[in-house]
Amino acid sequence: MSSKQQLVVIGNGMAGARFVEDLLARGGGDKYQIVMFGDEPYGNYNRILLSGVLSGTHDPKEIFLNPLSWYSENGIRLHSDARVTAIDRARCQVLAGDGLSVPYDRLVIATGSRPFVPPMDGLKLDSGQFKEGVFLFRTLQDCDGIIKFAGRCRKAAVIGGGLLGLEAARGLLNLGVETHVVHLMSHLMEVQLDGPAGGVLKGTLEHLGVHVHLEKATTAILGANEVSGLQFKDGTKLDCDMVVISAGIRANCELARDVGMKVERGIVVDDGLNCPDDPKIFAVGECAQHRGQVYGLVAPLWEQTAVLADRLSGRNSQATYCGSKVSTKLKVMGVELAVMGDKHPREPGDEEVSYVERSRGIYKKLVIRNGQLAGAILLGDSLRAASLHQYFDQGSELPENRAELLFPMSGEAKPLTMAYVPDSAQVCNCNGVSKGRLVEAVQSGCRSLKSLCDATRAGTGCGSCKPQVQAILEMASDGLMVDDPAAHYYVPGIPLTKPALIQAIRTQELRSVSAVFEALVEGREQAGSKAGLASLLKTIWGRDYEDERDARFINDRVHANVQKDRTFSVVPRIYGGVTSAAELRRIADVADKYSVPMVKITGGQRIDLLGISKENLPRVWQDLGMPSGHAYTKAFRTCKTCVGTEFCRYGVGDSTSLGIKIERRFQGIESPHKMKLATAGCPRNCSEATTKDLGAVAVEGGRWEIYVGGAAGSRVRKGDILCVVDTHEEVLKFMGRFMQFYRENGKYLERTYDFVERIGIERLRRLLVDDAEGVSSRLDEEIQAAVDAYRDPWEEALQPVHPTQFSDVLVPSKT
Amino acid sequence: MSNHTKGKTLHSLGPASQVPLGEGKTFEIGDLKIAVFRTRDSKLFSTQAFCPHKGALLADGIVGGGTVICPFHAYKFDLETGKAVGNDCEALQSYQVERSEDGNLQLHHPCMNK
Repeated sequence: MSSKQQLVVIGNGMAGARFVEDLLARGGGDKYQIVMFGDEPYGNYNRILLSGVLSGTHDPKEIFLNPLSWYSENGIRLHSDARVTAIDRARCQVLAGDGLSVPYDRLVIATGSRPFVPPMDGLKLDSGQFKEGVFLFRTLQDCDGIIKFAGRCRKAAVIGGGLLGLEAARGLLNLGVETHVVHLMSHLMEVQLDGPAGGVLKGTLEHLGVHVHLEKATTAILGANEVSGLQFKDGTKLDCDMVVISAGIRANCELARDVGMKVERGIVVDDGLNCPDDPKIFAVGECAQHRGQVYGLVAPLWEQTAVLADRLSGRNSQATYCGSKVSTKLKVMGVELAVMGDKHPREPGDEEVSYVERSRGIYKKLVIRNGQLAGAILLGDSLRAASLHQYFDQGSELPENRAELLFPMSGEAKPLTMAYVPDSAQVCNCNGVSKGRLVEAVQSGCRSLKSLCDATRAGTGCGSCKPQVQAILEMASDGLMVDDPAAHYYVPGIPLTKPALIQAIRTQELRSVSAVFEALVEGREQAGSKAGLASLLKTIWGRDYEDERDARFINDRVHANVQKDRTFSVVPRIYGGVTSAAELRRIADVADKYSVPMVKITGGQRIDLLGISKENLPRVWQDLGMPSGHAYTKAFRTCKTCVGTEFCRYGVGDSTSLGIKIERRFQGIESPHKMKLATAGCPRNCSEATTKDLGAVAVEGGRWEIYVGGAAGSRVRKGDILCVVDTHEEVLKFMGRFMQFYRENGKYLERTYDFVERIGIERLRRLLVDDAEGVSSRLDEEIQAAVDAYRDPWEEALQPVHPTQFSDVLVPSKT
Repeated sequence: MSNHTKGKTLHSLGPASQVPLGEGKTFEIGDLKIAVFRTRDSKLFSTQAFCPHKGALLADGIVGGGTVICPFHAYKFDLETGKAVGNDCEALQSYQVERSEDGNLQLHHPCMNK
């Protein structure tokens, strides 16, 4: 018999089921026997997508987050369609219908809310049932009823012009019914929007065909057995044959109230989601009240479940929930809306900035307090929502030109509007994944970037499509995506971010990949993490790195690029793209001697010998007598040049000598991803130095502009100017400093173009040029140490690290 | 040298040290090409030599946690069962290989002409 504790969860909705998911992810299944009670006879479904079910965009079968099989697969005993009638705190048990009693060691109440039905006459028949044609809008069953009735209904009224009521209206409109929204207040969605925004929204809705009636209080539903209309307090009437009541929600707190627990608008809980009167009872979700707040949006609920799961699993018994910043991104009636914080100025000195375009249904408003974003409403155009969320969440200083917050500035990266891309469009070229396939995967349950990429293989090749995949995830999940903590790990097999991992490696002096697995995850080796760890360890320890070759990708085991027919490509180093007759002769002789099938000039201004067998590699390198060009690995690759003052009549700088110096200094320096460089002899930029990871362009006066974060491959980006300097030596210095900063702070496989955008060129200039934090001399020392430690990998031709390092196929001798 | 066990022959592949620790190597026995893997905790596995996807040498892949990642397109396979992990590629043929007392690799495979 197990010694597991019994955990009972009352409520199988978006908070209850998510809590159990979070608990299981933290190993809670080993500690607890889990029993759940649910009101509805199914597994947990995404209640937010009910409006999609109503409007026909989602099939009811598609919206399940946890189908019934999930419960049995995870050893959870689910009593679905069973109402809990009472909690017996003295005996620590829960009582349900049919005399069922279930003991608990820990009890989590996640009973959610029920629809609020405003008092009115004519709602119910004598039997107690709703009059025919009257519906609530909370459950799958409600949806089902509405869809069926809409078929024989001409005109419907939705009581309640809040978010949910408007979603119900959209559904009814799509079902072909003349739709009227009836709202008590003077403007729609008064919880999220201010008056003017509500007015703009009303205009948009009317444009879509919805009739809006404001400041109407319903006193009665007319009609004997069937709905015939609504009666309002001001004496007016509205004819209709269907009514959907969506006038708000009330927390289900009766179970707690009945046993004397503290209940106000919700079940009161502390920062550990614990009920103050009973250490064994917890509450999460819409039914819980924390620091005076009851939340009705999903993100705060999921923050609560994560904290409670951390505590109850023992993973982090000190985890606390401190409340949620309410910032949401929604689609209401197909109209984009982002809201956060205060919708009105509250304190003297609060600044208000707004922009309205009624004809296009656009309303944008900011509330600024002490230079920080205290609130915002973005209606009809949420292009700036992501950056506003960041300002709001992090409390960062706002740009002085407030317009920058409301509108994308020219020259900025165009935001990814994946909504307009057709489903057939290929998003991931490496794996041939279309937008449609990604949307399908999101709708069938992939709610994090990792799970979406795992399921579809998108982003697992070169990875450059990940921003688009992320954008599709956001769009298709209606904002319900999950930020997978594993997305911040440096490698998937070690649950630590890069800074935390570096810290652990240094303090515990872990010098090899196997030592890292041994020390940090109890020896649980994970194949997919080895290469990233090897790269990081080499960067940290340099010469002292214990190089276990099994952690290297094949290219780095044999120092050549593997091709589709299992042969290899050999690219010797040609510094700055400048060669000589003697060098060319040696290359030609090797091509002849080994019958090389293809000799090709590369984009990096050197020569590629393709089709060389693994076994021949050492001999080829010896015959070439040239060092490795590192064309196969995550390191400094090349520094292309255009001719410059040596010969070019336009040249204002000696770009060829500079390029050769750069390449001699930084050849083979490992980095989070490849670095391709170039130098240009004048601003005509014939060597394309402005679209390189690092580039130097000679300008009038003999000075050099240093560019960083450029790209011209799967992503095209013009680099940002880091600084302008006078001499070759300074170019080498600042390039080296940037490279070292990138080596230490870049995510594994993050190209410089993503890195520079992530850190920001302003911050890079402050750190690396102004030396605002005093890190420059250390960075200069570290890159010098890396340069000093450099060895040409092709020396292994003479001294292989293993006798079979270059063996293709071993044929055992016959005995 | 061969012994017969249940219709299979034991073929000696030579010293286990031919396979670098934590890596794989491709062997040819008669018409058959196989990959033999030697994990860091000294377990031995053997599968078909070529990846069913586009024919890479699986022995050139990265090994860890009982799996191998193919060097061409990062398809992952369980070394014990040969089944693809996280994708729907065809499973690998797996073979039984063990270490003899004198440190040699021995492959269990139906009788073949030598």
